[in-house]
Amino acid sequence: MILGFLRSKGSLPAVFALGLSWAGPALAEAPRGDWDVTSFTLDNGMQVVVIPDHRAPIVTHMVWYKVGSADEMPGKSGIAHFFEHLMFKGTTNHKAGEFGQKVAEIGGSENAFTTYDYTAYHQTVTPGALEAMMGFEADRMRNLVLTDAVIGPERDVILEERRSRIENNPGALLNEEVDATLFQNQPYRTPVIGWMHEIEKLNRLDATAFYDRYYAPNNAILIVAGDVEPENVKVLAEKTYGQVARGPDLPPRVRPTEPEQNTKRTVELTDERVSVPSFSKAWVVPSYQTAEAGEAEALDLLSEILGGGNRSRLYQALVVKDGIASSAGAFFEGTMVDDTSFTVYGAPRGEAGLQQVESAVDVEIRRIIKDGVTSDELEKAKDRFVRSMIFARDNQASMANIYGSTLATGGTVDDIKQWPDRIRAVSADQIKAVAAKYLNPDHSVAGYLLPAKSVEK
Amino acid sequence: MSALTLMLALVFLVLPAVVAARAEVRIQEVKSDRGITAWLVEDYSVPIFAIKFLFDGGSTQDPVGKEGLANLMTGLFDEGAGDLDSDAFQTRLDEAGAEMGFNESNDAVGGGMRMLADRQDEAFELLKLAVEKPRFDQAPIDRIRSQIVSGIVANARDPEAQAARKWAKAVYGDHPYARPDQGTETSLATITADDLRAFHKANFTRQNIHVAVVGAIDAETLKKRLDQVFGGLPEKADLRVVERVEPKLRQTMHMEYPLPQTSLQLIYPGVPREAPDFLAAALMEHILGGGTFSSRLFDEVREKRGLAYSVSSALINQEHASSLIIGTATRSDRAAETLGVIREVIRKMAEEGPTEAELDAAKKYMLGAYAINNLDSSGAIASTLVDLQTDELGIDYMQRRVELINAVTLEQVKAAARKLLTVEPAVMILGPKFAETSKG
Repeated sequence: MILGFLRSKGSLPAVFALGLSWAGPALAEAPRGDWDVTSFTLDNGMQVVVIPDHRAPIVTHMVWYKVGSADEMPGKSGIAHFFEHLMFKGTTNHKAGEFGQKVAEIGGSENAFTTYDYTAYHQTVTPGALEAMMGFEADRMRNLVLTDAVIGPERDVILEERRSRIENNPGALLNEEVDATLFQNQPYRTPVIGWMHEIEKLNRLDATAFYDRYYAPNNAILIVAGDVEPENVKVLAEKTYGQVARGPDLPPRVRPTEPEQNTKRTVELTDERVSVPSFSKAWVVPSYQTAEAGEAEALDLLSEILGGGNRSRLYQALVVKDGIASSAGAFFEGTMVDDTSFTVYGAPRGEAGLQQVESAVDVEIRRIIKDGVTSDELEKAKDRFVRSMIFARDNQASMANIYGSTLATGGTVDDIKQWPDRIRAVSADQIKAVAAKYLNPDHSVAGYLLPAKSVEK
Repeated sequence: MSALTLMLALVFLVLPAVVAARAEVRIQEVKSDRGITAWLVEDYSVPIFAIKFLFDGGSTQDPVGKEGLANLMTGLFDEGAGDLDSDAFQTRLDEAGAEMGFNESNDAVGGGMRMLADRQDEAFELLKLAVEKPRFDQAPIDRIRSQIVSGIVANARDPEAQAARKWAKAVYGDHPYARPDQGTETSLATITADDLRAFHKANFTRQNIHVAVVGAIDAETLKKRLDQVFGGLPEKADLRVVERVEPKLRQTMHMEYPLPQTSLQLIYPGVPREAPDFLAAALMEHILGGGTFSSRLFDEVREKRGLAYSVSSALINQEHASSLIIGTATRSDRAAETLGVIREVIRKMAEEGPTEAELDAAKKYMLGAYAINNLDSSGAIASTLVDLQTDELGIDYMQRRVELINAVTLEQVKAAARKLLTVEPAVMILGPKFAETSKG
């Protein structure tokens, strides 16, 4: 789940139905290994990646902090995202709004977002403004002025953001509780935006403590993608970020982990705003960071073959052949610090009922567990992944996001470069093995979004 | 072939060049033997290219009683074409490594494809089949229709979707813009394969098409590709005339629903794209509520009072209607206060207009934002070029707009504010009942 400082202009409340978000499996769109990426580390520990792209006079500048909602203290849910908002307030060197005015003055765009594992701030500007962006961003890394006067109204803004995204949307309310049921011990059980009653109590001391602990160059990654040369970026980075003192060493991100799951759990939400029911079913599975060699790649391919698009097994069987579903699919979020989730979903159409759709999804999962996948569908899935890497190079922001999210969750530049080869190496047997190992229907968590009884068919 | 060269980098020469930009965007006009014109930006840094095209018409061309026809058609282009049925077509498309998509708006049906340069033969052949010879087989029609109906049914009790439907009727009355572009359960049930074929024949022609291509392809090759894909289409379009419509203002629609957050929308008059005061109005609108973190509405509603997460304005131009829209979602117990704050901001803007400094900052924003918002990927550049064509702004517009924006005076912007914002707006409220505290 990803939360931004401000959603795109004029849009309706974002719908994270069934947990889908734009970030998706970031690695699934990773680029091929024949492009030119430079990486180095400043003396104060800040990692830098430069991705040149000279097609338009634009540059994307991002700073990623290796802290997200899953790093919060118990009882302080929402502080990572709240703090992201506070980063737009004034500093000892610049009044509130000065940074934004500088961005606006050249027609740039800016924003920020928070997830379970990282928080990122970004601007897209003309290359001539890059140094100014780096100066402002380095300044707010340590020099923010936090007073009760700025904290109060911003906390109200976040309560409205929560009402927009969650309270106004039954699907989002359900997803929040499905996650809290799927993860019994890991911090991913708590929503990124935080629980309402805990957000209401967040205060200046919480914000200051969070800032001092996590906002330092040695906990940050700089990504610059666009119409720039690496040697110039290095000079500018040393002049700006290089002047910020290294912070205290942070301990490794060791968080509570999941106990063995021995139950089948269900979560139901009935709401009068719902007229067509839908369901999702999820399992805790390893991420790219926690998986044994090859397992995360196999899970990525499994999600693609089982439910990645209109050529997938679920879509072809439920939507095209049987005609019982209006939607059906699967997704896997592999770019995470800790164990993550693998999810299948569906909604009925016509006379079919929800139970029928769920049973048909289960049948497709059991078929893969029993018979595996064909070499033809495996090769096509691999081709789609490799192709998506080439297409990703068409957009500097996609490239910056791939590098940022991978590095901020503990991956390396080499992981990205080698990913296509590791995808190519996955065998049909490995796909069958991860399906059998992780997708046990008796040890799953299902979420049901249901119409109010009076309108149920 | 006439070729015009445009160096976008020129726009940025006024900025301090600490890091010298070396990128530029050159637009060429390419005309095929059969008279298809496309704008091309050649670029070989990534071995792919994007093609985007648009046919004037769109869902306003849906026959009365068959609402949702254009939208249904956009779901059927990869469901069988030429000799290939749905499954065969999708398999070939997947193997070709190309991505194809279609969409519709009130005023046009658009499409596009992103392909790998070294697989272009297969990709273009499939695109040609989809554009020229869609099959409209019964099984895919029934399936896609029933998916759309599921979506309509799913929204049947969603207050936001319901409010949007009622609001469109209240504002646009009997005009086609008031009709649901997805159709209704009833209208979709009447649509046949023959309806789709007739719509395709009347709307997909060489007369009403606009094309743009960006990426690893040269002009001579593109000329042949244009005729390959579009050359077989009929010469003339057969479009029904759509009247211009003014949104009905001076009305309030309060849809009561016990939500924790209330949505507010205000509609004011707009300015057509071709009107002489369009840029003055656009600059005024940017200052009012268009800036990301710096507009007057953002400052008063979010920054100072914490009343909403998002508040913004937009100048909307469709082919046959213009409007200025302001929207926000705010906690229900303070919704009346929020509406009052918005109306006070508008009153002040209408009476006093912006300051010289605000106008200066807005101009700088608009000059720079063009490249940043429109040129960050092949697909984005191609879409921008198609928009320039449909707006009839000319192939040199990116250069001319600098001068046009700089020429706008403070008096012109103040006049635009007076003209648009002194009118009593249409106000939509979705949320619990409240007593309006301010009539701005």
